[in-house]
Amino acid sequence: MKYVDAQQVQKKMASRLLANNVAKGLFLLATLFGLVVLVILIYRVVAQSIGWLDADFLMNKLSTAPERAGIMGAIMGTLWLMLVVAPVTMILGVGTAIYLEEYAKKGKLQSFIQTNISNLAGVPSVVFGILGLTVFVRALDLGSVVLAGGLTMALLVLPVVVVASQEAIRAVPQFLREASYGMGATKWQTIKNVVLPASIPGILTGVILALSRAIGETAPLVVIGIPALLIPLPEGILDRFTILPVQIYYWTIDSALVAEYANLAAATIVVLLIVLFLMNSIAIIIRNKFQKRY
Amino acid sequence: MKGVFILAKAVAEEKNKLNVRKMIEEKKNSASLGNFTEKFIPGTLFAIAAISVLTTIGIVVTLLSETIMFFREVPFLDFFTGTKLKPLGEDAVFGVLPLLTGTIISSAIAMLVAIPIGVMTAVFLSEYASEKLRRTVKPLLEILAGIPTIVYGFFAFTFVTPLLRSIIPGLEPTNILSPGIVMGIMIIPMVASLSEDAMSAVPNSMREGALALGATKLEVAWKVVVPAAISGIIASFVLGISRAIGETMIVTIASGSSKNFTFDITQSMQTMTAYIVEVTGGEAAAGTTLYYSLYAVAMTLFVFTLIMNLVAQYISRKFREEY
Repeated sequence: MKYVDAQQVQKKMASRLLANNVAKGLFLLATLFGLVVLVILIYRVVAQSIGWLDADFLMNKLSTAPERAGIMGAIMGTLWLMLVVAPVTMILGVGTAIYLEEYAKKGKLQSFIQTNISNLAGVPSVVFGILGLTVFVRALDLGSVVLAGGLTMALLVLPVVVVASQEAIRAVPQFLREASYGMGATKWQTIKNVVLPASIPGILTGVILALSRAIGETAPLVVIGIPALLIPLPEGILDRFTILPVQIYYWTIDSALVAEYANLAAATIVVLLIVLFLMNSIAIIIRNKFQKRY
Repeated sequence: MKGVFILAKAVAEEKNKLNVRKMIEEKKNSASLGNFTEKFIPGTLFAIAAISVLTTIGIVVTLLSETIMFFREVPFLDFFTGTKLKPLGEDAVFGVLPLLTGTIISSAIAMLVAIPIGVMTAVFLSEYASEKLRRTVKPLLEILAGIPTIVYGFFAFTFVTPLLRSIIPGLEPTNILSPGIVMGIMIIPMVASLSEDAMSAVPNSMREGALALGATKLEVAWKVVVPAAISGIIASFVLGISRAIGETMIVTIASGSSKNFTFDITQSMQTMTAYIVEVTGGEAAAGTTLYYSLYAVAMTLFVFTLIMNLVAQYISRKFREEY
């Protein structure tokens, strides 16, 4: 009795192998699709920015005349915003991570906070904008200033820092903690002198990634009311401000009226992408160079 | 003489000898500050951790309280079944259906792009690509995922829309099709990366078993790996949908602000997110129905994305195949 009909198998084999090869080609094309779009996107933006992106563009203030317009205000606004976001999100994020990993007892409370953080990560950024508008801009009556925008943004990127810090703290091996306790150190001394120094590369990577997310976010800040108007350069965290992505937004929607605004938007995008690229590179270098493996 | 010297040395040594027990005692008595820190720190850290919970409560409370105000002025049913949205003027009408169709249609277009391309990319990277190729392609896809949405909005408005208009003559300058496609491109890396993680978690012994029975790579991928990883793959779809529903800048820029109730994808449609941007950008005065409508729409959006995220978590937890 024959279990396998060799001829039948032979006949089918050709079409099965063909299907395999066709599918492989298709999958490869799908993979290339994303990469091709990436290339087109960068090419388009760079091509449109040529002739517009120069030192004057970086140093000039905003202007309605395209040839005189610059992004100094947006650059300063972005820097001020980061000066608020970085410390706030770092203190909140690392503090939460230490609590969850080192102090919280495994149980309902801990898993509740954990679930809450992962749900917070899924809340659309525009909703955070509404929170910022209601609480910081209106209830606390700060107005659409750097501080209000920074606090909103810090809450938005908080989950990124918490999760990254938790992973970094969890990666510190238990024997380091035990050695520290064995020397007579208290819990906080152990965390401060052993756990945090060992996990700082992972934490920094998370903070930088969170900041690069914050730099590119537009919607929450449009919602809290950054104007398209010409405003003076911000000089403190209680000044009104604009940032790079919001500037891109207004120039893009106005490009229907003044065609050159599209070039200004493209030039600003190039600046934004370069900043993001540098930040991500630093994050990767920190991760690869300073992360110890135990 | 020598004896005295030794004696003196012994006395000196006795003096220098560390009395550890005594030191610990001293330290314990003087370390009230340390003790204080030790008791103080957990409470402080708990307060910090509670801020994330407070944020969620803050979001829910602000949305809910103002949404209740809204439904005092506009009946609940009128809002959710109304096909007409005209927020300005004397005869303002608030029906959310135009925004809901805009959101659902743009998300559907996005997922029609992101699901097939994302899954095929994941299969290629997980089953066909060499380790070296995978290590080059994955970071490149991550770049695609890291590009700010405002840049995609610019891309949709200045490149994809004109391109589509040269193919589809009836396409309006602002339409829902172009931002839908671009959102899909934005979501590809997310679907691909999460699906690839799920596929890589399928143990090699299962692949080898199928290969030993004479299956081709395609059959292994389609009949063994994908079914085994299906919970992770579907969770990635749901997260992608949630991302598409919440996406703001691409649709705000490229789809315009028409509030028509339509299913024609060549026309301008407004999504819930774009409505929020438009209304806040216009600085709606607090206390008006227009102002409250902002919160009602945001609440609807929040509930939608929350449900999607919970579903994704449920799927990946409940239907995970353990090997």
